[in-house]
Parts: sequence; C-alpha cells; structure tokens
Amino acid sequence: MEKFTTFEGIAGSLLLDNIDTDMIIPKEYLKTITRAGLGKFAFAEMRYNLKDDSLIEDFVLNQAPFNKSSILISSKNFGCGSSREHAPWALGDFGLKVIIAESFADIFFNNCFKNGILPISLDKTTILELVKETQQGENLKIDLPNQEITTISGKKISFKVEEFKKECMINGWDDISLTLKDESSIKDFEEKQKQSQPWLWI
Amino acid sequence: MAKTLYDKIWENHEIKREEDGTSLIYIDRHLVHEVTSPQAFEGLRLAKREIRQLSKVLSVADHNTPTHTLSLDDCNDSSKIQLETLNKNAKEFNLRYYPLGDKNNGVCHVVAPEKGFVLPGATLVCGDSHTATHGAFGAIAFGIGTSEVEHVFATQTLRQKPVKNMRITIDGTLEKAVTAKDIALFVISQIGTAGGTGYAIEFAGSGIESLSMEQRMTLCNMGIEGGARVAIVAPDQTTFDYLKDKPLSPKGENWEKAVAFWKSLHTDTGAKFDKEYTWKASEILPQVTWGTSPEDCINVTQSIPKVDNPTKERALKYVGLNGGDKIAGTPINWVFIGSCTNGRIEDFRSASQILKGKKVAPNVRAIAVPGSGLVKEQAEKEGLDVIFKNAGFEWRLPGCSMCLAMNPDFANPEERVASTSNRNFEGRQGYLSRTHLMNPAMAAAAAIEGKIADARQYL
Repeated sequence: MEKFTTFEGIAGSLLLDNIDTDMIIPKEYLKTITRAGLGKFAFAEMRYNLKDDSLIEDFVLNQAPFNKSSILISSKNFGCGSSREHAPWALGDFGLKVIIAESFADIFFNNCFKNGILPISLDKTTILELVKETQQGENLKIDLPNQEITTISGKKISFKVEEFKKECMINGWDDISLTLKDESSIKDFEEKQKQSQPWLWI
Repeated sequence: MAKTLYDKIWENHEIKREEDGTSLIYIDRHLVHEVTSPQAFEGLRLAKREIRQLSKVLSVADHNTPTHTLSLDDCNDSSKIQLETLNKNAKEFNLRYYPLGDKNNGVCHVVAPEKGFVLPGATLVCGDSHTATHGAFGAIAFGIGTSEVEHVFATQTLRQKPVKNMRITIDGTLEKAVTAKDIALFVISQIGTAGGTGYAIEFAGSGIESLSMEQRMTLCNMGIEGGARVAIVAPDQTTFDYLKDKPLSPKGENWEKAVAFWKSLHTDTGAKFDKEYTWKASEILPQVTWGTSPEDCINVTQSIPKVDNPTKERALKYVGLNGGDKIAGTPINWVFIGSCTNGRIEDFRSASQILKGKKVAPNVRAIAVPGSGLVKEQAEKEGLDVIFKNAGFEWRLPGCSMCLAMNPDFANPEERVASTSNRNFEGRQGYLSRTHLMNPAMAAAAAIEGKIADARQYL
C-alpha cells in the first residue's frame, strides 16, 4: 500500500446523509475480478444519466474544479450498506484520498484504511466551515502524522484517528505480513481451541 | 465481572490485544461468494500464500446466478466471468463449494446455517454485510471487505477493535402478521440507519426468545441496516434443536460437550450495556418502507411523512410519492419474495397462507425465489410451489435474485417493487427502481391487491 503522510487537494462537497455503497458503486460494476479501473463508475447513477450516458451537470463531481477533487466532504453515515470494497476502490481510482464526514458506516470505514483512503469524522459545524472555505475550489491541506487539516485561510482543525490504523497508513504496511509475524501466537491459539472447543474443528 | 455475550465470545477469540485496544481475533468460519472474493484469491496467488484452514471455509455462487435457468449462457458476460472465476478458484484452492446447479446451492446466508456450519460461540465472517444473519445462533458474525477476506484466508484472523454493546429488548407476544422482519424495520425506524453504528446489538426479551431460528436469522440479518455490524441472540433450546443432526454440527460426545458449553453463552446478570432500548411487541404493526433508506419506515396504517431536509426530499422525489399520502393503496408492479432476509422455508409458508386460492393482480409480476436448493426442495415437498404457481407467481431457482439485481432479475426504471429483501436504496433493484420493504405475508397481500395492503385482513 502507498504511504500516506501529508497531502493537499481540492474538496468537493456532497452534503447528503446516508450516502450508501450502492450510490458509490452500483452493483452493475461489481462484476469485476480486479481492483483497478472502477473510478469512472464512482457514483455512476448520480453522475451519469444512464439512459444515454450523458453527464448530470448539477452533480458536484461533474463540475470544474470539483471533477478534480481528491477530498470529499459529506454528512452523516457515509458509506452505509454493503461491505463491497469496490466502494473505496472506485473512490480511490476516481482520485479521492480523503473523505470528511460527520460519521461513517463501520465496514466502509475499515475498508478505506486498507486502500490508502483516510476517512475523517468531524462535527457538523466544522464541516460547514470547511465547505465554506473550499466552495471556490480552494485546497485543503491534510497532515496525517500531526492529525491536522489546514484551510486556505490558515485555520487549523485537528482530527482523531486510531493509532494502529495511522501507523499502518503512514508506513504503507501490508496487514497480512504484519499479522504473519504473530504466527506462533496464532498456532498456540489453535492448539488450545482444539482442546477446549473441539467441535469448532470440522 | 459480569459480561455481555458479545464480550465473552470476543475475549474467547482474542489472540492478543495492542496497546490502542485493537485485537487480533481468531475466525472460526468463513463464507465466500463470487463477488467479493476474486481479488482476495488473486492476492493469495501473487504472494504465493495458501488458505490457512481450508475446513473453515464454505463457498457458494449466489449474487450473479440466474434464477430462471441453470445455464450461465443466460448471464451477461461479466457475471459469467465472475462465476467462472469462483469455479476456478474453488478448484485451485480445493474449497468446500456448492456451485450453481448443486442441490445445496443457494444464498450463502441461507445455505451455511442449514448445513450446521454456523455454531454458537463461533466467530464467522464473509465479504458481505448481511453476515450479521448468523448472530441468530449466538455467534459473532460480521461482514468484511475483500482485503480482510484475503487476510482471513492467509491468517485465519482479523485485526479489529471490539465494538460497544447495545441491548434491544422486545417484551411480549407479536400480533398476527407481525414477524421478525417487522421488529427489525420498526427498530431501525426508531434508532435510525446509523443508530447501531459502532455497536453489537443483542436482541433479548420474551418477544425474541419465542422466535424460531428462521425468524432470528431475519432479525439479525437486518442488524446492519441499523448500522450494527453484529447482531446477536443468545443460544437456547430453540438453537440446539435446530442444530441437532445438521451435516456439519458436532456429533456424539462432542455434541453433548458443545451443548453444555453453549448453555454458558448468555449475558451475565448485571452486565453493563453502553446503550439499551426496550419496546413492547404489541407496539409493532406490519411495517413498510416509503423511501430510500430502511429507516424510512412506517406501519401499514400510517401516512408517508412530510419531509423537511435534503436527504429525505431526495428520497421522496426518487420514489415518486407524496408526503401525507397513505402508504397502503400505493400501486406496485412487482412482488419479490426471497433473499437472505426472507428466503427461508417459514417465509414461503407464511406467504402461501395468504396466497392459497387467490390470484396475483393482473398488473403485477410476482416471483418467489427460495433461498437455497434445500428450501426449494422442502417447499415443494409441502406443496407450497403449487400454491405460488396457482396464484400466478413464478417459482424460481435459488439465488440472490432481485434483492440486489446484479443477475438477470431486476425492475425497470420507476417500477415499484413490494420486496421481502433488506435494502431500498436508490437503484438497488434496478436502475431508478423503487423498493418497498416488508414481510412475506405483506408482500403476498400486495401481490393479490396490486398495491400495498395490510396482510392482517387475510388472516
């Protein structure tokens, strides 16, 4: 995974609650067997008129400069619904690296970290301030090591992130290699469980 | 210290805990289907890794499979490639696999329990959010993304933080035509679709204890629609009776030992929950959704709310309904009975009670899709297929079908579906399609009347 430290980019705002994973990547585009190339289908049913494939012009990510957004600002419960990792794959391939929202659905939130996308939860007032400061296409600076967002006017906003997830992102660690370092503990657990709950072993 | 059921099972699977509270937990069961697995298998191949515990994996083809034929030639090319990829991976990695056409094939969340693959006190994952279903057995079961699918393949573990505990108590007896589906939809309408985010929900109370395993599965299945990745019901005699003699259930001496252990799997008296809700079963009437989130839900006697925020205004516009109108009487084009939520034998029994001797309204296309080959076989043994077919339903082969419409079963733009599935999101059942979630008896009543109707008048 690519390392994530500091980063600066344009922020588009999509202020709806419950942006679900069917909106982010409709099921028609889940039939891929690779991770790449889903960006053009991100928000497909909101972005295109699928009857003739034309762009829906009032959708924010279709409007310059927000069609170049690398940060997305949204409202409550972003990413609810399915566990499909195609959602962060599509958003990442579109070019998004950060999603700022009032809250996130659990599975989507986890999936983001596995794909180098940083989800940041902030309160509504702060989000509305960020929207105001970015509505002409101004950049936001994101600093993960210091857990800080800086706006064009110099305002600094701190955010929370779990320590372990942060370490993984900053270092670009591969989860599986990391876990395999615990091989002997896993093996010990298995041996004990075979004794204590043998019925779990079929 | 008094502990919750969730915390007991979690601790029982914890291999280690990092300083920031992240656990490395052991995973006992892993369900695999064709949509969220190809990239995980590819990852294993690239890293030259193997599946750590093959016996803990069960795989099926379900999301893309056609339900009108067993031929892959009737799928579009991308569906076909995905299904063929699972066939290939199942062979290469030597998976326990029920492919399209196998009599055990069906929706993974219907197939796994009927095989006895899901046991109390176990941890179970799947690249599918409706994995919460299996909490019905007193297991910790939750959906994961594809990176985590690969992680479980390679290590049989996950790195996650335990979530908080919520208890929802339903006391008393359910009214007629009110089911676990209605409890789920009612609860979601009260706590909101993010109400359970960050929690494991334990369902408790006499209204839950009296539910069958099928009903408990329906209830836990919908946990994720309330934001909770994990929903759980303490195992009891109903659970043990269901599991006894299932093909993969423990046998002989192991069975006795297992039941003795399973009896200890309950929340201790005095255990602290981070959040608690209580409702009376009698407060719950048959539910129907009106919008594009499962929280947009009212009972069948109510009117669609007048809305005042951009999210709900968008929802009403999408479904083409007006705030203030009664939900009953809304004309429909489709009825779908099936899915991992309501595709089990009791669901077809319940709908058939309403359909017996009746006809589907002429403006409606109605499909009944058993959740698995075994459900289909059982229903046919009981003659339910004849009741459905005589009423004018299409009696289909098992699969996810119109629940998510990534197969040949979907509604056209602006068509309205009375559906026993779990999500009414925009486009879920077809581009610009409109979904109303409800229980199977309600869907059957809607089929007969050609509009949303109160099933209680037919019972």
